[in-house]
Amino acid sequence: MSASSPATQLPHISPGRKRKDAIMRGSLLAGTIIALIPLVLVIYYLLYKGLSAATASGFFTTDPTGNFFGNPGGIRSAIFGTLEIVALASLIAIPVGIAVALYLTEYGKEGWFANVVRYFVDVMTGVPSVVFGLFIYIVLVISHAGGSGFAGWKGALALALLMLPIVIRSSEVVLQLVPSSLREAALALGAPRWRIIWRVVLPTARSGLVTGSLLAVARGMGETAPLLFTVSLATAVTGNLNSQMNSLPLQIFTDITNPRDVIVARAWGAALTLVALVLILNVVARLISRRSSMT
Amino acid sequence: MEASVTTATGVRDRFERSPAARLPDQVLQAGLTVLAVLILGIIGYFFIRLIGESSDALNKFGASFVFGNDWDVSRNIYHGAPLVIGTLITSAIALLIGVPVAVATALYLTELCPRRFRPALAMLVDLLAAVPSVVYGLWGVFVLGPKLLPVEKWFANTFSFIPFIGGGGNTITPGNYFIAGLILAIMILPIVSAISREVLATVPAENKEAALALGATRWEMIRMSVLPYARPGITGGAMLGLGRAIGETIAVVLVIGNAATIGHHIFSQGYTLAAVIANEFNEAANQPLHSSALFAAGLVLFILTLIVNIIARWFVRRGTRKLRAPEADPGDAPAPGGAAPAPAGATS
Repeated sequence: MSASSPATQLPHISPGRKRKDAIMRGSLLAGTIIALIPLVLVIYYLLYKGLSAATASGFFTTDPTGNFFGNPGGIRSAIFGTLEIVALASLIAIPVGIAVALYLTEYGKEGWFANVVRYFVDVMTGVPSVVFGLFIYIVLVISHAGGSGFAGWKGALALALLMLPIVIRSSEVVLQLVPSSLREAALALGAPRWRIIWRVVLPTARSGLVTGSLLAVARGMGETAPLLFTVSLATAVTGNLNSQMNSLPLQIFTDITNPRDVIVARAWGAALTLVALVLILNVVARLISRRSSMT
Repeated sequence: MEASVTTATGVRDRFERSPAARLPDQVLQAGLTVLAVLILGIIGYFFIRLIGESSDALNKFGASFVFGNDWDVSRNIYHGAPLVIGTLITSAIALLIGVPVAVATALYLTELCPRRFRPALAMLVDLLAAVPSVVYGLWGVFVLGPKLLPVEKWFANTFSFIPFIGGGGNTITPGNYFIAGLILAIMILPIVSAISREVLATVPAENKEAALALGATRWEMIRMSVLPYARPGITGGAMLGLGRAIGETIAVVLVIGNAATIGHHIFSQGYTLAAVIANEFNEAANQPLHSSALFAAGLVLFILTLIVNIIARWFVRRGTRKLRAPEADPGDAPAPGGAAPAPAGATS
């Protein structure tokens, strides 16, 4: 920076200002490092405490026994339960979410009703997940809807409610990026609206829609509180979504409060499994969004 | 399309779609609209049912459900001030620790960080939001709580003259307000940081260049042209983080100690609105008044987060509308999980 010729000499910056600049730059860097410490620590302890549990024989292939003494068993039913519940939640939240986003971009546009919907979707993102759990508990669990109290499909509905605003917001952002010239070109060729949506808008936005949906799935997968009030617990693997089921977050939650070391170790193993699943979804989502030219 | 019916020449008639061919379009539009209405309706219905289920407790205790200091399950009395105050204390700690770090991270990433490291670093910060809350709880119970306990004791003893910090001394337990606030700070950090980053990215380059051209140092440029411009958006981001902190359940219930009393200092055991629901849910199942009180706690929580979020949206929108006006894009307040790079935040 120092100019050699006196004609272009830069104005003098006092040592005090230079020092302050260096200090503030240093603290911003320090803040960034501090922000990353918890991530490093959490992942370190997950590997350190979880890996030995997860590599024990039968960890992924046996169900929790539910015995307080003796062999606690593995987490097979928890993995199956989480996958089943999250799959059902995704089957509900992703199509409905994309459909609402389509309504907002293709039909509602800037109309008053579309803006009301947008506003409430925004507000929904801030509703605590425990409240969604209570909603479903009050409406479906207490009333024994479908002949069951706690049930997997009720948990899936709670997760779907939670994922819905995420899917809607991310899909709307992507759908708005579809150039209107494409829509107009299709209209000029005489295509009806539904065909434009199906053949032009959705394919153009596909990778962005997938990314947003995957992030929503990842979010739903880690949720504990909604499941606590809607699915409760079970030990065995079940394909019956109308019964109580096991799930990874709840397995971890109940294992934490157990005084036995082997069961706490299972919590670490299950946590490692859950974080691995969520991180894989996140990384895949980000890779897809980076590859696409649109987002 | 209706206009074409009146054209006399009939040329357009050949291009006009038959009513049958137009049907799918109308069905689709109606279907999508109904879906949007339905979702608003469902949320409204849930809200009304929640009010209905909490009415027992609210009618019995009235305003003292929020302001009275006596939450005693054994006597069936539910005055929730300890929960409300616990929620406020933990959220305040979370904001005090989380927001400065998050804003520093956002400033570093947008203004100082070498360009090629930016995407990787931003992704790492976003990944903080991907860790499920139950995992933060697990880590808090078995790692952070025990490791931090000696530090907390030393701190409380050394600074015992400061109100709200001293007083606990050696009676401090691993579960307390401070640990809960610290875990919450970690959990809101990625959200506040992501929104701050989005807002900072909209500060016009001319403003920054002008400051630099006048001889400002980097920090002076940030302080004088970046921060004033981005302040409403950052405030909104912090408020969204506050909403998260208020509603967070599972991580908090594991590390706050679950004592339904108002603690005298930040290292005492406490309770929050969300934690009480998760912790007492099972034992309340056979006691109508108790479960009604828990629903009422949920209702208070819901309304509290609603207010905080509405204010937050207003700030974020004000912050971004000013900047994005030419694009005429009002519905585009950056929501967590909104645009692809935003984190998939985790609450429960």
